Amino acid sequence: MKRPASDVFSAQALQYIPRLRRYARALTADASAADDLVQDTLERALVKQSLWREGSDLRAWLFTVMHNVFINQVRSAAVSRTLPLDDSFADQPQLQSTDRLEIRDLDAALQALPEEQRTVVLLVGLEQMTYEETARVLEVPIGTVMSRLSRGRERLRRLTQGLPETASLKVVK
Amino acid sequence: MSEQPVTETELQAYVDGCLPTARAVEVAQHLARHEEDAQRVAAYRRQIDALQAAYDPLLTAPLPARLQPGQRQRWLPLRHYAVAAALMAASGLAGWQLHAYVAAERAQTVYLARVAAVAHAVYSPEVRHPVEVGADQEAHLVRWLSKRLGTSLKIPHLAPVGYALVGGRLLPGDRGPAAQFMYQDAKGQRLTLYVRVSKEARGQTAFRFAQENGVRVFYWLDGRLGYALSGETERGELLRIADAVYRQLNP
Repeated sequence: MKRPASDVFSAQALQYIPRLRRYARALTADASAADDLVQDTLERALVKQSLWREGSDLRAWLFTVMHNVFINQVRSAAVSRTLPLDDSFADQPQLQSTDRLEIRDLDAALQALPEEQRTVVLLVGLEQMTYEETARVLEVPIGTVMSRLSRGRERLRRLTQGLPETASLKVVK
Repeated sequence: MSEQPVTETELQAYVDGCLPTARAVEVAQHLARHEEDAQRVAAYRRQIDALQAAYDPLLTAPLPARLQPGQRQRWLPLRHYAVAAALMAASGLAGWQLHAYVAAERAQTVYLARVAAVAHAVYSPEVRHPVEVGADQEAHLVRWLSKRLGTSLKIPHLAPVGYALVGGRLLPGDRGPAAQFMYQDAKGQRLTLYVRVSKEARGQTAFRFAQENGVRVFYWLDGRLGYALSGETERGELLRIADAVYRQLNP
């Protein structure tokens, strides 16, 4: 029996949920908002699945969908966030408690980056995408990816090392 | 030495290990002579390690129910309502984008959900005295509570979604008097609508969802009024009712 195309799509998309979740968590610094973002992304992806060409890179496509959902949410700060008061804690992965403080610091530093730098720093550093993949996901030229990466990493370094934020950034070729 | 200068892009590519080997060797030589660049490269590599150490546990963490494969047919119907509600609210918004304001407002609306859930838990199991004024005196109920809250209240009629008004009561709220209206379906299942008034209009928000000790709550702000609809009803059903309430209050 031939499976409907949407089943094939869903089955393939499923394997990327943990990666979408990891990225969303680092992006939003909020476990509940991150899972909302993943859920919204999956819904959008299901609706738009006909736009995905079978055989092309589904991971990149899903991250593109997530990026667009995220940007829409950022631009309309009024979007509802679901705030499950109790089960958000149950949803939290069990991180080592000794790591908690450091993660909070890292969360805070990432949130201090402009969203456009944060996304590049995370796609390259956490998701380990190539610069070309990152450029495709964000739909920007590769030169833009490089300059955002450079500025984002430097700013993150200054934030985490308690250095003054200088405006004197190197010219990026 | 006829060495090509190392660009910023190359430094980044060196961090990410994607330079061709020959060039990577040259960059390493450059770093040996330039302490400041070497420190930056080392710091960027530590950043990557820290990111992975912090967030990689999510790759193996169990997925919450709403993201699980078995639930994926439910990705659509449930959240669709929330998205529609968000769009509906967002379209009527202006000047509602300041982050700090939103954060403060969010803390207060979470409080709204909490007190409403508690009020629901206290009064909805009540057999003999679920309300102070019954639905048979609806006109009096509206006048009384409108007067106490200092604003003209409307009581939504939920018969179209299967719930009849039981009545209402006055409650102490965090910023003065608050009102609770109670509804009941044919099976005796109860819902409560909690209403409170603020001094200033706080704009309009989309529906938000909270859950506390088995009580599910959809809550939202509309001008000076804050609403919270609470029940033990399944979330999707409760959202449909919240939507009906909203529509009646904003015809």
